[in-house]
Amino acid sequence: MSSLHSVFAAYVIGWAVFFVFYLTVAKRTSSLRDEVDRLKDSLNRGK
Amino acid sequence: MWKRAMIGAVVLFLVGAAAYASFFIAPEEKTMHVLQRIFYFHAAAAWAGMTAFFVCFVSNLLYVWRRDEKWDSLGVSSAEVGLAFTTVVLITGPIWAKPAWGIYWTWDARLTSTFVLWLLYISYLLLRTLIEEPDRRALLSALFGIFAFIDVPIVFGAIRWWRTQHPQPVIMGGPGAGLDPTMSKVFFFSVLAMHCLMAFLIAERYRLEKLRTDFEIVRREAEAI
Repeated sequence: MSSLHSVFAAYVIGWAVFFVFYLTVAKRTSSLRDEVDRLKDSLNRGK
Repeated sequence: MWKRAMIGAVVLFLVGAAAYASFFIAPEEKTMHVLQRIFYFHAAAAWAGMTAFFVCFVSNLLYVWRRDEKWDSLGVSSAEVGLAFTTVVLITGPIWAKPAWGIYWTWDARLTSTFVLWLLYISYLLLRTLIEEPDRRALLSALFGIFAFIDVPIVFGAIRWWRTQHPQPVIMGGPGAGLDPTMSKVFFFSVLAMHCLMAFLIAERYRLEKLRTDFEIVRREAEAI
């Protein structure tokens, strides 16, 4: 692997790690929010 | 929502500008040439990761002292973000090492202590999944987090205290160490951009943790009915 390819690979893989991390946080937040809303709805219907 | 999107856009602009500066503004280094440009990304990510672990450490201390749930939430959020940054450091380092040293990895003091740091914070997150009761989980993980932080100064000092294959420090490295002024400006701008990204990711992760607390409250209400 040439030096330029190594630099390119380091930046691309590095940004990919941050992007995937952000996506997992966003996905977990969205599914948890759905769950909270669902629970709140079922609680309100029960009252 | 708009405020968060705006902050996200500013962070994205900063990290893009830092990458541009690393490639097109920083002068080429005499011995490593283009390969040295990994330094602006690798070292800046390492500094931001250490800062995230410091935030985790302070949060853990404050949780043990105050027993306030928000410090537990900040502790786990910063630990996860610090782990993401350290993962990037452990990937980009070997990518640089292969053309520079001829090998991807060697068990020298800096590399080994960084790997141990990564394992310690993986253990911190694993520990949290093993304890059901929230107060017990928060206290035990805070105590473990305080212990895990001991490795951070070891990582920092490894290239100063011992002879290592890892390059010697160019920042805070004592007499003879230092960077070209333009390289130095680009490096500190990269550090700033990485710290903004770190703060943004911690804020996003903290929101998830607060939502989890809300979920627990609503779930307990539902179970009580």
